[in-house]
Parts: sequence; structure tokens; C-alpha cells
Amino acid sequence: MAIQQLTVFLENKQGKLAKVTDLLAKEGVDLRALSIADTAEFGILRMIVSNIEKAKKVLVENGILVKITDVVGVRLTDKPGELADVLSKLDGAGVNVEYLYAFLVPVAGSAYVALRVAENDEAEQILKKAGFHLVEAKDIAS
Amino acid sequence: MEKRYFQKETEIMPYEQLRQLQSEKLVKQVKHVYENVPYYRDLMQKKGVTPEDIHGVDDLYKLPFLSKADLRDTYPYGMLAVPLSECVRIQSTSGTTGKRVIAYYTQHDIDLWEECCARAIVAAGGSKEDIVQVCYGYGLFTGGSGLHGGSHKVGSLTLPMSSGNTERQIQFMMDLKSTILCCTPSYAAYLGESLKERGYKPTDNYLKAGIFGAEPWTEEMRRDIEKSLGIKAYDIYGLTETSGPGVAFECEYQCGMHINEDHFLAEIIDPDTGEVLPEGSRGELVFTSLDKEAFPLLRYRTRDITVLTREKCACGRTHVRMKKPMGRSDDMLIIRGVNVFPSQIETVLIQEGYAPNYRIEVDRANNSDTLDVYVELAPEQFTDTVSGITARERALAGAIKTMLGINPAVHLVAPKSIERSEGKAVRVVDKRKLHD
Ligand SMILES: [Zn+2]
Repeated sequence: MAIQQLTVFLENKQGKLAKVTDLLAKEGVDLRALSIADTAEFGILRMIVSNIEKAKKVLVENGILVKITDVVGVRLTDKPGELADVLSKLDGAGVNVEYLYAFLVPVAGSAYVALRVAENDEAEQILKKAGFHLVEAKDIAS
Repeated sequence: MEKRYFQKETEIMPYEQLRQLQSEKLVKQVKHVYENVPYYRDLMQKKGVTPEDIHGVDDLYKLPFLSKADLRDTYPYGMLAVPLSECVRIQSTSGTTGKRVIAYYTQHDIDLWEECCARAIVAAGGSKEDIVQVCYGYGLFTGGSGLHGGSHKVGSLTLPMSSGNTERQIQFMMDLKSTILCCTPSYAAYLGESLKERGYKPTDNYLKAGIFGAEPWTEEMRRDIEKSLGIKAYDIYGLTETSGPGVAFECEYQCGMHINEDHFLAEIIDPDTGEVLPEGSRGELVFTSLDKEAFPLLRYRTRDITVLTREKCACGRTHVRMKKPMGRSDDMLIIRGVNVFPSQIETVLIQEGYAPNYRIEVDRANNSDTLDVYVELAPEQFTDTVSGITARERALAGAIKTMLGINPAVHLVAPKSIERSEGKAVRVVDKRKLHD
């Protein structure tokens, strides 16, 4: 049910991020979401892409360290307090969110958010019960 | 009862008697070299020493050192001490760093070498009832022929497998019921894994012991090999320059390697000053051959750093024991006053599950030395959170600090991002020199 995130290890050297986005563009892979967590020495690039297998293959072939991580995708209606609602539901159930980031919006009036939690199934059950719409792999494929 | 020594009289000879024997042999060996090797005679004359000054082991310090550079300079015949017609064999180093070193042997030298290897096999529990599978490489490399000859001397059935062809190694091992395995420790570990992959349990083979050497290995590797093959794993030491494996070997107590002192005189020196250090000191190992004909070497600097001990060994052997070498003297770094060998860092990396691809940078900041260790992250170690990676860096820094007593800064970097020269990673960059 969870959606797949492509996680990339980037050394903080000039041109490393551009190389990744370049390789994906040449393969015709679209970026749906992108976030970077970094330190002075390295960064971790997290992406939701249109074709994860294709993306992984081209990066690995170019010697880039990648990993596929499952994350929970949620569709939110575009109104104040929606995200706060999601987080409080999870928090109330004791589910810790390690990080989250927003997607590009394919449907007017709504927003997508990717959540990284320890137990995807549990988080999904909680959110489903609370009436949220979960994003599935087919929603982001090209 | 199992035979415990190959040459009992010599191996358990009381120390005073052994020293007497060494002194007699040394006087003869020095005379032999002085008369037949002009290169070394020159070195002695430059130092103002003649064979008449050498009355025994106590005079050893008067002799000049030899180094690998001397052997390269005299390549190929300059160290030969007998007419070429008296030689029956050569062996050679791999020559990975510069010119090869060629060692020459008369039949007497071969016998002496093979007897040393036979002692190692018997110390590992070998006898004529055993089946010894030799999968060291045969050829110019001394590993194969050394243990092969030793096995013959013991009277064991010898399987001259040479290296590689794992399928055939396993087939012979199981069908012919090999009891003693001789190879490099990394190949032993590989054989253990290969047997497991084929569904064999450690108790399915007939091996009881393994004699492993020719490359550095850790105590942890020893335990892994012992478990995966269901054997006792013994260390063996030697250099092509001193004849080959068998210069020193482990007994059943696995507490350091007994040096065959009736043939090789060992000293520990300060690698910087050349000063001879007392027993128990850590320093560079120096060997003097005592009864070689073709290729005798006096005070040959091995560059291996180790410690010698004469503490009594429960096996009854009186020959001095050397610790597994902890590094090469030319690799040694002094960081904040502490001696550091890249091999120590490598040991920690392997223990902590990293590939030994690393770069060490030493620098100076605010009048204090800094140590930075760059290590390649393996795909399975990569996590998607910053905290996951920094936690790994901290854990590795802690393990290195435990080993060295110095706190390093550890940096995990992308796979294959550490420069390699000729396939080997460039390990050490000492930037302090740039400031001097
Ligand atoms: Zn012993």
C-alpha cells in the first residue's frame, strides 16, 4: 500500500545534485517530490518519481548510492489545519514521524504529503480510519 | 601418544644451550658472508667490522643492517654466497612494490626450510597419518612449495592443489578426507563460506587443523574460520628473503609464533634509530640467518613491527615467540605521540562490518595533530536519515578510539569515491609535512 521513495546519498560537492537530476531527466523520469536533508559533509536526497525502477537503475549504473524506502502518502484537501490533523492523529496513536515533505499537486484543490514512519501499515490504518485518502503507487506513476 | 615435535632435541633445547649453538653458527655464517658476498663485505668494512670481531650472539649488534633496498640494488646475483652451480632452486617475491627479490637455495637450504615447515605441521597436530591439502599458490611464491616440502618431510599424504578452483578443492577435501588445510586465511574463510553454500555443516568435513599465513589476519577472522570449518587455525610466518613460510609458527597454545631460532636469530630494533630494544619492546623485527648457504642475510630488516617474548610456553618449546605483526615500520604514523598503524584502523573497519577501503588524513590544527578517517559506505549500510549515518560515524569513531587511544573524525563517503592507484586505495595522507 505504501509508496516508494528513492533515497540517494550525496556528497556535498558541487554538481552532485545536478548530476542526479540530469540523469533522471535524460531517462524521462519525472520528479513528483524532492527533499534534501544535509550536513556540512553529505546530504540525503529523497524523491518520489514517476518510474522508480528506471530511476534506480540509471543511478546505480552511474555509481550512485541509492536505497528504496517505503513511505506513506496522504492526500490532503487544501485547507488550513489538514496537515496538523494528520500529525495529531498519528501522534495520538504513538506513531513517530521521522520526516515529511510535500508533493507537487496533480489535482487542483488538494496536496500530497509523504510521511516517513517506522510502521507504514499501522500509520496507514490510523489515517484510513480517520477518513484520509492515501496516495497509491498508481497515483504517481507516469 | 601424538608426536608433538618434529625435531624435539632442537625445539625444546634449554635456552643456554640454544644460545651457544646460535653463537657457533653465527660466527661461521658471518665468515661465509664476508668471504663470499662482496656487497656485504663492503658494508662491514665501512663500519670497521671484521669476522674476527664476531665471537657470538652478543656481538650481533656490531654488524650492519640489510634492507629491501639492498636486495633490489644487488638484483639479481649480488647477494649470492655460493657458485650458481651449487643452487637448485629460486623463489621470488611478487614484486608489487618495485623490483622483485629473488632468493636462491642449495639443497641444504631447501632441506632446512622444509624442516621448518614440517615443525609447523607437527605443531598443528600433523603426522604421517594426515592428509595435507596445500592450496597456497605453487610457483615462484614460497607458500606452496614450502608447505608442500614440509608435508613430505612429515610423511603426510600431500595434495598439491595450488590456489583457486574452489569446486575441485572441495571435491578433493571431501572425497580424499583432507585433515590439514594450508592456504591464506582469506581463502580459508572463502572455503568455509563455499562449503556452507553447498549445504555442508562444519562437522561434515574431515579437517582438524589449518595452517594459514602470507597475509595479515585478525583474531576475529581466526574465530570465524575455526567455526566455519570446525578446525583449529594456526598462524605461520615467513618472508621470501628468509626462505619462506616456517620462520615462525604457532603451537597448540596459539599464543604467538615460535621462531625457529636455531636457524634464524631475531632482534627487535627501534625503526628510527636502529637501536636494539629489550625483550618485550615493540619494534621492527630483524632476522639473521644462521646456517644458510646460497642466500644468507645478516641483520635483515623485515619492516614488520612486533614484540618478542621468552616467557615459558606450555608446549615445552624454548624458542622465542613473536606476536602477529601489527604493521610495517614504513607505514607507522605518530599522531599526538601515539604510534598508529593503518592496519589497526583496517582491523576495526573489518570488525565493524566495513570494507577496508579508507583514507587516513593526518594534519595539524592549533598545534595538535588531527586524524580524519574516510570510509566508504556500503549500499546495505545506507539509511535514509541523517541521524542514521551520523550515528554510524560516531560508533565507528568510538571503536577506533578504543583501538588507538586517539579520537578520530570519521567521515562516511560514497562507494568508490576514495581514489585508487593500481586497484589499491591510497591509504594515508600526512598533511603535516606540508607545514614543515
Ligand atoms: Zn608453544
